[in-house]
Amino acid sequence: MIEIEALTKDYLDLTVVDHVSMTVEDGELAVIVGTSGSGKTTLLRMINRLIEPTSGTVKIDGQDTRSEPAFELRRRIGYAIQGHGLFPHRTVGQNIATVPELLGWDKQKTAQRVDELLNLFQLDPAEFRDRLPSELSGGQQQRVGVARALAAEPKLLLMDEPYGALDPIIRSKAQSDLLAIQKRFGTTIVLVTHDMEEAIHLGTRIAVMDKGKLLQYAPPHEIIANPATPFVAELIGTGERPFRLLSLWKVRDLVEPGPAQGEPISADASLRDAYAECLWSGREMLPVIDESGALIGRIRRDDIAHKAERPQ
Amino acid sequence: MSAVVAVPRRLQFAIDKLGVLIAAIATVASFLPFAAFRANRIVLGESKSIFAALPAWEATLLVLALFAAIAIALFRTPTLWRLWTSLVVLAILFIAVGHAASFLTPEGDRIARVSPGAGFWLLIFAFALLAADAIARLKLRPWTRIGALVGVAIFFAVLLGSGTLNDLSILREYFNRGDTFWREAQTHLALALGSLAAATVAGIPIGILCHRSDALRAPVLNVLNAIQTVPSIALFGLLIAPLAWVAANIPSASALGISGIGAAPAMVALFAYSLLPVVANTVVGLDNVPPAANDAAKGMGMTDRQRLLTVEFPLAFPVILTGIRIVLVQNIGLATIAALIGGGGFGVFVFQGVGQTAMDLVLLGAVPTVALAFAAAVVLDSIVEMVSPKDMRRD
Repeated sequence: MIEIEALTKDYLDLTVVDHVSMTVEDGELAVIVGTSGSGKTTLLRMINRLIEPTSGTVKIDGQDTRSEPAFELRRRIGYAIQGHGLFPHRTVGQNIATVPELLGWDKQKTAQRVDELLNLFQLDPAEFRDRLPSELSGGQQQRVGVARALAAEPKLLLMDEPYGALDPIIRSKAQSDLLAIQKRFGTTIVLVTHDMEEAIHLGTRIAVMDKGKLLQYAPPHEIIANPATPFVAELIGTGERPFRLLSLWKVRDLVEPGPAQGEPISADASLRDAYAECLWSGREMLPVIDESGALIGRIRRDDIAHKAERPQ
Repeated sequence: MSAVVAVPRRLQFAIDKLGVLIAAIATVASFLPFAAFRANRIVLGESKSIFAALPAWEATLLVLALFAAIAIALFRTPTLWRLWTSLVVLAILFIAVGHAASFLTPEGDRIARVSPGAGFWLLIFAFALLAADAIARLKLRPWTRIGALVGVAIFFAVLLGSGTLNDLSILREYFNRGDTFWREAQTHLALALGSLAAATVAGIPIGILCHRSDALRAPVLNVLNAIQTVPSIALFGLLIAPLAWVAANIPSASALGISGIGAAPAMVALFAYSLLPVVANTVVGLDNVPPAANDAAKGMGMTDRQRLLTVEFPLAFPVILTGIRIVLVQNIGLATIAALIGGGGFGVFVFQGVGQTAMDLVLLGAVPTVALAFAAAVVLDSIVEMVSPKDMRRD
């Protein structure tokens, strides 16, 4: 659990982060979203003390982060950044082994962990372990960057616009990988982005920042339904609101028994995708199949549309 | 269309642009004096053309070889041909100039001097240019280049050992002062390498400090820049007074060999000149470390020291090494001036030669200096390429 209390950062007479307080529970994926200059990156970097706060406290599992040297704190916290930051002169394996080596793990345990992570990120260890980062594609580099951040099994992972440099297709794949990994390890994640779509897709809670202040910190449906300020509403995009809301639910949540015509849709697709399919194919309802391909019922366009109404 | 097809293939030979220049220089050089004969070492010489300087059959063969080589240089020929042609012609030229010396010197005459003429030097320049161009085009790998350098060194060792060149004036001068030559060679190397070592040991930490502290960077780099602009002779001279004062007023200083003239001021001056390239390249090398890599290193919990040693320094190393290469080549040349203030080195022969208007003696100092600087450049360039990331990628 991370408890941030009245955290403030001043540069001369400019306040970059202004009395921000928020709590991230274990296993949560908190997304800090804001425009550039909102102070979101500064807030993130104060958690692992890459930037020292002017005032306020950060506690991780009840312990003040200033109670130990910064470098020791950082070795317990995963850190992944935009443009991956891989060391260009070290191989993929050496890059991933960075923190385990700093912590003094023995060689065999480190090597095992490196291979385990490469497998997890769908990179064949035999093929990729001894390559240099420059020999990898952008998407592969990014995966190695996240693998490196997870190498020493941190309970907490900080990510600063990790997908900013990726094209949309690789990006959505990386996002679903992240969700799968979080599910598997139960890692608590704090992620910074400027992209509200990404925030809604990934976050269990979203923190909206503007001009150094935390405007709203709430689960995605709450942010969409009841934006705290006009700025939050603008960030979501008023025209986008119903569709963003739909993207939070899955077809599975609205499936009902009964037949329907035409191409089926997966139970794991979002309601947004299902609604788009209804509009595009001009159908009132769609047959629904589960992951094995078995027909489990149907979903109705009107039910979906109903879900897109502003929650009371 | 059909007109083009009708042109016989051998007339389609394309002209090589650089080849035109090389062919022009070589052609002109062939008509210039190949060697100069003087009755003794200081009188004005008589110029001898290729045919006057060599026995007729040798002169004819040399001219034919030059003609063929000029043709190969002029047209677009395979690069490997060009390389071998230039190397063979260079070897032939050195052997020929040795033969010319023996041919022109009257039997048993120890006073007459035969030195290479302007034509010889221009021919060497032209074909060295051809060789350099071919080597650049072939993109030889670092080890191959070092191997080629060793090959050239072996060729000259064999040539000198065989006595072919013994009648040349520069070797006559060498035989007159064999002991001094090797002693000055040692001094020269000690000056160049010693000041380089000192500049590396001092310059890299200074560079790291300048990289870390903006307050330090501008003043330090400006001072080093200012030193670099002081003419070398002036700097050597300027150091005489302060070092003489140190030697006279600090008891242990003169015991350490510090004095106003000699090796100490030479060493200090060379050290001062060496600092800028080492410090500046260290700063640039560290500045060029990707910011994201540095941020990641900090964020993963490396201490400043770990980050410097495992991330920043290895990434900056090729650039720092480039600075060291600049210093080494520069110092091998500059160390010549040390002789002016009694510091020794190959400059001794240069300044004696200038004083006696004996150009052969000047060459005895200049040729080894140039050869050393050239060899140092080839070796260090190869090493820089070997440690650069581009090369790591290829392997």
